[in-house]
Amino acid sequence: MKTKRKLDSNTVLVFITIALFVVMYAIGCGIYQDKGFGNLQTFLNILINNAGLICVTCGMTCVMLTGGIDISVGSVIAMDCMLLVYGMTEWKMGAVQMVILILVIGLIFGAVQGFLVGYLEIQPFIVTMAGMFFARGMTAVICSGQISITEADNPTFYAWANSKINLPEFLGKANRHGKIVVPYIRPTVIIAFLVLILIFLMLKYTKFGRNLYAVGGNQMSATMMGLNVKKTKMLSHVLSSLLCSIGGILYCLNTMSGSVNQATGLEMDAIASAVIGGTLLTGGVGNVIGSFFGVMITGTITVLVNTNGKLLSSWANIATAALLCIFIILQSVFALVKARRNK
Amino acid sequence: MMENFKKLAKKPLFLPIFCMILVLLINVIKSPDFFAIKINNGVLFGRIIDILNRGSEIAILAVGQTLVVAVSAGTDISVGSVMSLSACGCCMLLAGYGNNSVSTLAVPMVVGMLFGVFMGGLSGAMNGALVAKLKIQPMVATLILFTAGRAIGLLLCNNQITYIRYEPYKYLGNFLPGCPIPTPVFVAIIVIAVVSILLKKTALGLYIQSVGINSRAARISGINSEVICFICYVICGICAGIAGIVASSRIYSADSNNIGLTFELDAILAVALGGNSLGGGKFNLAGSIIGAYTIQAITTTLLAMGVSTDKAPVFKAIIVIIIVVVQAPAFKAYMAARRAQKASVKEAA
Repeated sequence: MKTKRKLDSNTVLVFITIALFVVMYAIGCGIYQDKGFGNLQTFLNILINNAGLICVTCGMTCVMLTGGIDISVGSVIAMDCMLLVYGMTEWKMGAVQMVILILVIGLIFGAVQGFLVGYLEIQPFIVTMAGMFFARGMTAVICSGQISITEADNPTFYAWANSKINLPEFLGKANRHGKIVVPYIRPTVIIAFLVLILIFLMLKYTKFGRNLYAVGGNQMSATMMGLNVKKTKMLSHVLSSLLCSIGGILYCLNTMSGSVNQATGLEMDAIASAVIGGTLLTGGVGNVIGSFFGVMITGTITVLVNTNGKLLSSWANIATAALLCIFIILQSVFALVKARRNK
Repeated sequence: MMENFKKLAKKPLFLPIFCMILVLLINVIKSPDFFAIKINNGVLFGRIIDILNRGSEIAILAVGQTLVVAVSAGTDISVGSVMSLSACGCCMLLAGYGNNSVSTLAVPMVVGMLFGVFMGGLSGAMNGALVAKLKIQPMVATLILFTAGRAIGLLLCNNQITYIRYEPYKYLGNFLPGCPIPTPVFVAIIVIAVVSILLKKTALGLYIQSVGINSRAARISGINSEVICFICYVICGICAGIAGIVASSRIYSADSNNIGLTFELDAILAVALGGNSLGGGKFNLAGSIIGAYTIQAITTTLLAMGVSTDKAPVFKAIIVIIIVVVQAPAFKAYMAARRAQKASVKEAA
């Protein structure tokens, strides 16, 4: 007898995601072949542009596993970028000091939000929404204009941002003049992948990682098993804010500027990526590999809209929102079907 | 004395009125001519009038938001974006697609405005369907329109700011000819009156409370909780639509990126300041409305003190957190335990 392994609905969702990404990219290659969409470098650019978002989404996945949510991430990134740029241009601080300062601020921000959510049991949405407006306002308090950083301001940071890591030469393609152009990535991509792997291992093999799943799956039974639910929730928010700060630094390395309106709507991209990647809004199910493909899908949508050139950039926002909407409805339909079957 | 104060503090409208008086007192101390009202060019002029005028949109939003919070224990964070969406829809129809400045209208003004309100209702219906039918957390469901709303607005206006340079279009957001009181005040009064009559004269208000307190119990006792929840979101959307048109009429244009910016925070803050629990259930419309004008008073005060609009959210976010912390059951239990401990120490001594 052959035993048929039953696919549960969540694995199906992750497979849908990966298939969607492949199909979307293939269609992109087909339509925009003349604009170089099929190049390896285009694919790598998606990684480079979304290195920050990958970190943020990892954190978001951890919070969403406990059944919470963090909508402050976009504003926190804006605040981090502004502080980084302002610190290096106006205060003339070193790059390393500023990075440490940003990480400490991320920890404090996460600790406050986590305390309010975990120990005072306030709805995570209210807390992080207040955090969102607080961080956006603080960005304006630091500086209300747009500032950017140049090589003269901080050579170290500039060097970080512009260093390239070349891939092996055989992947290169000859350009019009017969010179071989080697595809490259930036160090930010390496950091993002390190974070991704670390969080993946943490969720799979550490006690804290398993606690996150347990709290999100059923808070009541987690409490009865003797887990410290409050502490787990708080730590999930601390982790999310810390990863968000790392994401902010990567984002800043990419844009090299700070402005009040930076990263608006990024919380939506991060939540959409996590949801598309199979993380349940109710908590307890999901992993960062799915989230990674979620990020790649939202990244591909942006590239598709930009490559077209004629479409307004707001189409990317609308497409992401529509995709989020579809996946939420899919999740909810799966949940309803499951509930009916159990009856 | 202390006993009386404690009794007073238990009253439902204590928190909003207390905050209102506090804000007004600070203002009077800072600038003694705060309450002065002058007549310039045949219209009333003064700080109080300004607060009443500018607070209209927040009051209208707070009406819808109160119902949503009461029925679903979650908030609609898309109201600001829906405001901008309805303004864009209205101006797009009035100007004709693609025109960015017109002095003659393409369709009658009423049609455009009704279309704007309809867009608001449609957005509310979408949120309502996601929350009521598919049981999605209210904030995630409304997050979709929170970001997509402005993007759709930009599409409707062809990525530019659409100006309607048509005199009667400005009446709604400014002054009617010959009337000294700003028109938004009347709009707010009409919306508040209609909704409160709806709640008082029909059983809707009672149904909303019972669904909010326990939706299963409400369903078992024969209330269609899904429909009640859906209706609340539609009302909230319509309110946002009306507020959006008022805001658009003020600047006689549709500026998708700036209309209704951070208004979702103001609306939620108004509900919280009004003494309503963000956990749903019982609600108090009057409290929310006083809360809305208090928020506007705070904003005006901050502006007068030289804090620009983009920095004001810092203070408002802190106020929101303080209010929800004080309301939190865990915090209340902690305070009660401390009080009991103090009392026992006193007894022992």
